[in-house]
Amino acid sequence: MIEALEFEFMQHAILAGILVSFASGIIGSLIVVNRMVFLAGGIAHTSYGGIGLAVYMGFPIFLGASIFAVAAALLIAMLTLHKRHRMDTFIGLIWAVGMAIGVIFIDLTDGYNVDLMSYLFGSILAVSREDLYFMAVLLGIILFVIVFWYREILAVSYDSQYASIRGINVKFFYTLILILSALTVVIAIKVVGLILVIAMLTIPVYIAEKLSNSLLSMMFLSGIIATVFTLLGLWLSYTYNLTSGASIIIVSAISLGIFLILYRQK
Amino acid sequence: MSVIEISHLSFAYEKQIILEDINLVIEERDFLAIIGPNGGGKSTLLKLILGINTFKDGEISILSQKPSTNLGQVGYVPQNTNINVDFPIKVIEVVLMGHNGGKRPLWGYGKDEMMCAMGVLEQVGMSDKAHTKIGSLSGGQRQRVMIARALCANPQILILDEPTSSIDTSGQKEIYQLLKRLNRDITIIVVSHDISVILEYATRVAHINKRLSYHDISNKKHTFHTHDKKEHFCEVELLEMLGSDNCKECKDMDCQWSDIKWSSIK
Repeated sequence: MIEALEFEFMQHAILAGILVSFASGIIGSLIVVNRMVFLAGGIAHTSYGGIGLAVYMGFPIFLGASIFAVAAALLIAMLTLHKRHRMDTFIGLIWAVGMAIGVIFIDLTDGYNVDLMSYLFGSILAVSREDLYFMAVLLGIILFVIVFWYREILAVSYDSQYASIRGINVKFFYTLILILSALTVVIAIKVVGLILVIAMLTIPVYIAEKLSNSLLSMMFLSGIIATVFTLLGLWLSYTYNLTSGASIIIVSAISLGIFLILYRQK
Repeated sequence: MSVIEISHLSFAYEKQIILEDINLVIEERDFLAIIGPNGGGKSTLLKLILGINTFKDGEISILSQKPSTNLGQVGYVPQNTNINVDFPIKVIEVVLMGHNGGKRPLWGYGKDEMMCAMGVLEQVGMSDKAHTKIGSLSGGQRQRVMIARALCANPQILILDEPTSSIDTSGQKEIYQLLKRLNRDITIIVVSHDISVILEYATRVAHINKRLSYHDISNKKHTFHTHDKKEHFCEVELLEMLGSDNCKECKDMDCQWSDIKWSSIK
């Protein structure tokens, strides 16, 4: 394992693992406390349409996925604020339509030039320098938002009606949380793939929630736990030649099981 | 001086009329109980005062201004405080939400805000729980925290929606005694089902069932003693207290308070 660290792709993988773990720890906490897990799933799958479009048009995959994910987030925000009772139907709809668009675009692309599997199950070993910049900038934005608007985000997440009486722009912060979730989903796709992204966003958060008594500590604890899982999964994947995304999720799930048994006994 | 004036207010969802021609003047340091059957429009009236719902017909003024101008002077304790009990948030953080909308430091909470929050927690007798997770408190304790949050904005008017609906009887009594103490300085408006408890503390009563009828009961206090009893008193005692001089208005309307028929009192 130590000699593997000399490879550039391994260094990139570890860096990406840490950046994405912290982003998904912080944003995953917001997704869980705001009960948006299903929304995040919808956004993840919709972004596949963007991946297909990017492959077809020949522009960067991250850009295509981000555009679709953010568009899905805005659509969901609009629907939630106006037609809350039909939310589940709409999310199911954009979930499937996004995937379908992606598949059609990849069909239309000449030759078979992309490894489909790498988007479904992640490709942390193929993270480029540009990918790392994208991840670092996004984590920077997330930290900036959390530092300066923590109290508003906390108020909106805990009790949105009261927050609105106290003059906080609930719609703005709700939309902001969804957009940051969309972008986090996009970078997490690189690590674990869009099928497994929900586990990455929720398992560490679930453990951290039990151990925290504030949202802030939950966010950073989730980040640390996600980092440990990602690096362990990466090691497992390297040692036994397994798919990295799936290894990370299995490590997380087993750890969650052990945690719950120990937590019950306490 | 009147703190809230409502004149000719009507409100309807789609075609269903909820409130019709409501007229109400609330004077400074009144302790107003709003009672009435489920679906009679009690909570809707509060939501109209607080600007959560908007109305077309009629007028509401708070401290002689449009409601939105003086909403900062109104503290609000919402109905169901048992939602979101898993949320990782400390008591002090919940209370600090009451400061939102005012001046704030660039990030986090100001020293004066912290001092003020601790002060109101002291006032409701919860200062020793400041750093406890909100979910581990009892229903009554949580209700006190919500009252503290409302007091944080230093309001002239405190509005509570069913503050004791999920609390045992001894906890209810404590909440009302707290409200009575607060009533020395601020106007209190309470929506409640529990008329037998509320009548001990309220000085004015408004019964709402689409329309509003108003009763000044401050001069009936002397016949009314339940302080020596641990439990709240029963409807029979209520009838004794109100005696034969029950109000004309109610007789005319044949309205019901809980399960008492006014027409059957005589």
